[in-house]
Amino acid sequence: MTHWLSMGGYWPYLWPSYLLTLLVVVLNIFFARRSLREARAEVRRRLQMQRSET
Amino acid sequence: MNWVWFHKLGSPPHFYRLAGKMLPWFAWPALLLCVGGTYGGLVLAPADYQQGDGFRILYVHAPAAWLSVMVYSAMAVYAAVGLIWRINVAHALAASCAAIGASFTVVALVTGSLWGRPMWGTYWEWDPRLTSELVLLFLYLGYMGLRSAIDDTARADRASAVLAIVGAVNVPIIHYSVTWWNSLHQAPSVMKFGKPTMPASMLIPLLMMLLGFTLYFVAIMLVRARGEVLRRERNAHWIAAAAEET
Repeated sequence: MTHWLSMGGYWPYLWPSYLLTLLVVVLNIFFARRSLREARAEVRRRLQMQRSET
Repeated sequence: MNWVWFHKLGSPPHFYRLAGKMLPWFAWPALLLCVGGTYGGLVLAPADYQQGDGFRILYVHAPAAWLSVMVYSAMAVYAAVGLIWRINVAHALAASCAAIGASFTVVALVTGSLWGRPMWGTYWEWDPRLTSELVLLFLYLGYMGLRSAIDDTARADRASAVLAIVGAVNVPIIHYSVTWWNSLHQAPSVMKFGKPTMPASMLIPLLMMLLGFTLYFVAIMLVRARGEVLRRERNAHWIAAAAEET
């Protein structure tokens, strides 16, 4: 396992590359979902305001 | 030729519903392909005879670099469709691409830099491939900056579409930079005509990652585009039912 993790001595370059990619993949999912959630919440707020006005 | 499908796609409520239905068909295969490709790249693929295990950075670097260019191309096409046919959904799709493309351009640059240090002896070189990829990042940032600087959505759509289309000239420059000029960066080994110069044990995980990242991009773009369509259509009648979804 330690031998595999060391990646032939290239671990200082290889693992940060994979970690950064994973981080960007996860953050893209998080921000996309948050963007859709906020858009829905905004629409719901506007609809409630319209209903309370009428 | 029947263009009904094209006009239907341009209808915001139709697009919103269709994107919601299509999302799992892209997201789950993307997850499976990326997990399989990562395992294949890190565990099953043999070490390279010159670069040893260092070459395994390829399995994140190449898909990120592919996405950076492919997402920009998609953004420019959506922008052109939006500009020519005045389709609001196309502008929403273009706007949804920018942040995804910019983030993977950063990944391509950083992972390339981390790969370059042990192989080339330097983190950065003003090489044609690296420089044109950096220009791509600035194009993405310029596109996002321009959109956020203009309050009126229709004007922001038009101005940013022109920038996206003009910036598309950089896409072939990135691709052919390694053949047009002397470059530290290796020539294409997968994205080229003819047979790839890679054994199947290395190539298959790479192809899985490339396809997985592409499907992942489509899934994220659809989620972002749905939010973008809701914001643009906030006064439409169909919006009430859509907003009640969780």
